[in-house]
Amino acid sequence: MDNDRIEQILNEHQGQAGSLIKVLMEIQEQNHWLPREVLVEVSEKLEVPLSRVLRIATFYKTFSLTPKGRHEIHVCTGTACKVRGAQRVLDEVQELTGIKPGETDSDLKFSLETVNCQGCCSLGPMIEVDGKTHSKISPAEIADALKKYE
Amino acid sequence: MAHINSAAELEELRKGILSKIEPDKPCIAICAGIACLGLGNDRVISAFEEEIRKQSLETKVDIRATGCHGFCEKGPIVVIYPEEICYLEVTPEDVPEIISQTVVGKKVIDRLIYTDPNTGAKAVHQFEIPFYKNQSRLLIGNNPKINPKSIEDYLAIGGYSALAKALFAMNPEQVLEEIKKANLRGRGGGGFPAGSKWETTRNAPGEEKYVIVNAHEGEPGAFMDRALFTGNPHLVLEGLIIGAYTIGSHQGFIYTRHDTPQLRENIDIALSEAKEYGLLGENILGSGFNFNVEVHLDVGIFVSGESSALMRSIEGKSPEPRPKYIRTSVSGIWNKPSNLNNVETWANVPQIINNGSKWYSSIGTERSKGTKLISLSGNICNTGVVEVPMGTSLKEIIYNFGGGIPNGKKLKAVHFGGPMGGSIPESLIDSPLDFDVLSKLGTSLGAGDMLVLDEDNCMVETARYFLDFLSGESCGKCVPCREGIRQMLKTLTDITDGKGKEGDIELLEEIAGVVGEAALCSLGRSVPKPLLSMLKYFRDEYEAHIKEKRCPALFCKELKKGEL
Ligand SMILES: Cc1cc2nc3c(=O)[nH]c(=O)nc-3n(C[C@H](O)[C@H](O)[C@H](O)COP(=O)(O)O)c2cc1C
Ligand code: FES
Repeated sequence: MDNDRIEQILNEHQGQAGSLIKVLMEIQEQNHWLPREVLVEVSEKLEVPLSRVLRIATFYKTFSLTPKGRHEIHVCTGTACKVRGAQRVLDEVQELTGIKPGETDSDLKFSLETVNCQGCCSLGPMIEVDGKTHSKISPAEIADALKKYE
Repeated sequence: MAHINSAAELEELRKGILSKIEPDKPCIAICAGIACLGLGNDRVISAFEEEIRKQSLETKVDIRATGCHGFCEKGPIVVIYPEEICYLEVTPEDVPEIISQTVVGKKVIDRLIYTDPNTGAKAVHQFEIPFYKNQSRLLIGNNPKINPKSIEDYLAIGGYSALAKALFAMNPEQVLEEIKKANLRGRGGGGFPAGSKWETTRNAPGEEKYVIVNAHEGEPGAFMDRALFTGNPHLVLEGLIIGAYTIGSHQGFIYTRHDTPQLRENIDIALSEAKEYGLLGENILGSGFNFNVEVHLDVGIFVSGESSALMRSIEGKSPEPRPKYIRTSVSGIWNKPSNLNNVETWANVPQIINNGSKWYSSIGTERSKGTKLISLSGNICNTGVVEVPMGTSLKEIIYNFGGGIPNGKKLKAVHFGGPMGGSIPESLIDSPLDFDVLSKLGTSLGAGDMLVLDEDNCMVETARYFLDFLSGESCGKCVPCREGIRQMLKTLTDITDGKGKEGDIELLEEIAGVVGEAALCSLGRSVPKPLLSMLKYFRDEYEAHIKEKRCPALFCKELKKGEL
């Protein structure tokens, strides 16, 4: 990641312990994961003990302490999508990518996560790849949808 | 734009905006709600822009990307003003025809309007479509009329007039009185009267007070707050500023979803526009009242929507709830009095101030007033956001607006309130939408997410699903919740796997009782609700799984299918 951008985020919040979550979120969004050196730097700049930084960074699934794949797949398992067959969709994605929710494959191609309701329940079951929605998807259509990603 | 310095200047500005509007000029309102975006409406929008350029109509036709229109099932939705012709499931390929036939030629394209799947009847206008007909879209109905990124659109429909009224024609006590008399109850789940909460914070000792919008919306299947806030951010903001004035707060917070970029963008734009116009910041509308707002993002865990956890999170700490014997209205963020309300609760405030509590309390039932936004989803023909007066029967919602159950299946249950709510059976769907009636039946209105379940859903599996959800979303701080959920989940998983034993139901009831009593926050205390409601109405299904190793809904893979 662009170190200048990290520096900039940190400088904006220098000494503001209360901005911890906000800062981690911004870095996660920019870099897609939180390297340990960055967490140390967050701790120093915001004047928050490293233990607290680590606690927050490890507890919430929004944050990742390992690099993510080039493409992030989110399978919605919210209620509406579940009722419309999300589990079979998830099974199929796992089968095709060989990874489980929370994992990244060894070629760093795909990362997989389950998410709760994305607010478009009329499109369920649905998956999102790099933010693009594939709506009313059936297990049979998934291979085709994933083929596009390199 | 200069800072507006009085109520009179606001009205001047509004007049100016209205005078620029040409009522006969065609305007194409394209839904850019989340579902429509998911259906690729960005391509529809670009197609319109391109076609307008091609036909050199730039000065003759306006385009407006709006918030959610509600009828998500049939998106992308396009409404053409001034005739208000409504087209559904519009594709980029339809666009040239819409421009030349409808916008220029004033002809309706039959194929794109709504056709009733049962009667074949057609509907040209939005309000004639059964989904919309008889809704009371007081809060969300303006979405098609405004571009959420433009404060001028909000001002054009009368925006911020309630704020001006509150600041200049009422004192804080009078505003509070109005909200109390309106009996506005919180829309975030508990149904707690907003007026008394405001009063507690107002009267709490200390100069510094905070007001907060809870826009976390963590319940799966709930999307109405997002639809409302993304589509009409100023409405919520106006309610918040009025609340701050009433309570005596100068600092507000919006706690919202990190994973919904359009929502975040529209909130940011609304805040900066409001500030620029002098509706936010120092000396609002020249009244001497100062109020600022900061946006905070959730970290993607359900429990952070709980009031005390949310406030911890705003402090930059991890969102763990604390015991409720100290109320957050008295001691919240940094131990200062903090009033938290849901998005929809705040959005109700401007109309109460504009129209009065008497008008407001004429809508709804004896103890549940106003309209309610419902996220209708599951096994239903029309998924979407419905807004109806409190008291509307569930049956009407399912059949009139929702269009019934798809694929000729039978309705089995209605589940409200997600993992903290409850299910009621088909036999009770004549019940009205009402906080107290639903809670007596063992469910709760929750935030307004209504999940419709057809006969293929297994009620044991559904309870297991909610507990599985909660086991990942609880903060894990208190033992009853952490261990209780784990044990209940294990027992239910066994039952769905065909390993249920005699006594499991009683064991579940016992653990549910303890967790419900002993957990620290309302997440834990609500954990038993889905299960207990299902045991109340669907006990035979649980028994069939355990005693006959049979799943009546033919859902559980490990069990013998159907009848013995
Ligand atoms: C686990 C949990 C999650 C909650 N999530 C939300 C939420 O996402 N949005 C919301 O408005 N209220 C949520 N609530 C309710 C809030 O704690 C609070 O009661 C509500 O925001 C108050 O607003 P109201 O009085 O306007 O309803 C949640 C409660 C619990 C226990
Ligand atoms: S449940 Fe999947 S989008 Fe709502």
